[in-house]
Amino acid sequence: MSTLMECNNLTKKYGAKTAVDNISLSIESGHIIGLLGPNGSGKTTLIKMINGLLIPTSGTLSVLGHRIGVESKKVISYLPDHTWLNMNQKVKDLIVFFKDFFADFEEERAYDMLQKLNISPNDRIKNMSKGTKEKVQLILTMSRRAKLYVLDEPIAGVDPAARDYILDVILSNYDPEATLLISTHLIADIENILDEVLFLKNGSLCLASSVDDIRSKHGKSIDMLFREVFKCQVN
Amino acid sequence: MAWSLDSDRPIFLQIIERIQTEIISGRYAPGNKLPSVRELAAEAAVNPNTMQKAFGELERSGLVYSQRTSGRFITEDLVMIEDLKQKIAREKIETFLNGMKEMGFQNEEILSLMKETLHQQSSHSDSNTNGGKNI
Repeated sequence: MSTLMECNNLTKKYGAKTAVDNISLSIESGHIIGLLGPNGSGKTTLIKMINGLLIPTSGTLSVLGHRIGVESKKVISYLPDHTWLNMNQKVKDLIVFFKDFFADFEEERAYDMLQKLNISPNDRIKNMSKGTKEKVQLILTMSRRAKLYVLDEPIAGVDPAARDYILDVILSNYDPEATLLISTHLIADIENILDEVLFLKNGSLCLASSVDDIRSKHGKSIDMLFREVFKCQVN
Repeated sequence: MAWSLDSDRPIFLQIIERIQTEIISGRYAPGNKLPSVRELAAEAAVNPNTMQKAFGELERSGLVYSQRTSGRFITEDLVMIEDLKQKIAREKIETFLNGMKEMGFQNEEILSLMKETLHQQSSHSDSNTNGGKNI
């Protein structure tokens, strides 16, 4: 297992507010990692720094030895937490667009997944339900042969039955050499596919552990542990 | 259909138990080939690494062996399978007995209740059709 991503003393401040506070961690290839934390804990800020959308205030971040930039973007496939697709386009046009943009995009995989999820390539994005839009975005993201997939809240808008299907899509398209970093608070739905978890609390990394270790050490699920660690205090 | 797994115990242990059950019940027959890590991980809806870890443990115990190019197979060592079956049966009985003793039952009572229940079960299945039963 080789080191895929490394960050040292990574910090991001928005004015006086510290969103990500001195995080150091290293991520290896070949894992499915849950990035978990309550709202406002810094998950999306961290993800945006990994994808070069935000510049760290201090600290370093590298992916496969490259600083964040053109080289890192070639190997990272990113699913943002909001829709960025051109609403007027059809799914098949988006596929052409993605193929043009990313050398590692595999058209056949995209069409195969669309078919499995019953989405017509001729449908326009703007006519789709919120859940279907999310599915299309996930398909586009997973159709790349990336080294690191960063999925920000991939299943939040879809119904529980489709969630299972999407997890199946993720598992069956996941290259064992690649790493998936999934941010979510729907922990119970995805914890069986995770092998490691990172807990973020107020911008700091408060736990980095393997799922099996947590279960054998604490005798409880990740979901239960999360509820305990982040229990809301009533003062 | 995803496997139903307890959320408070390590997943790889539960996978091991499940595959052991498939083997001792004969649903995975001795010498047969196991599905690939990927196939089983997708079927169970778990991480392939976790499935790999479970397979690793099963290999270490000797219940499963891998052949470099052609995949993983169930052991043909029937003694080993039978031993495992006995061991798991004893564990289950112990768990059951502990539960009964916790409720205050004495050994004699447990035994007679067991006999009674077994008797009822067999008369039930007799009144149903008797087809498909093994000897």
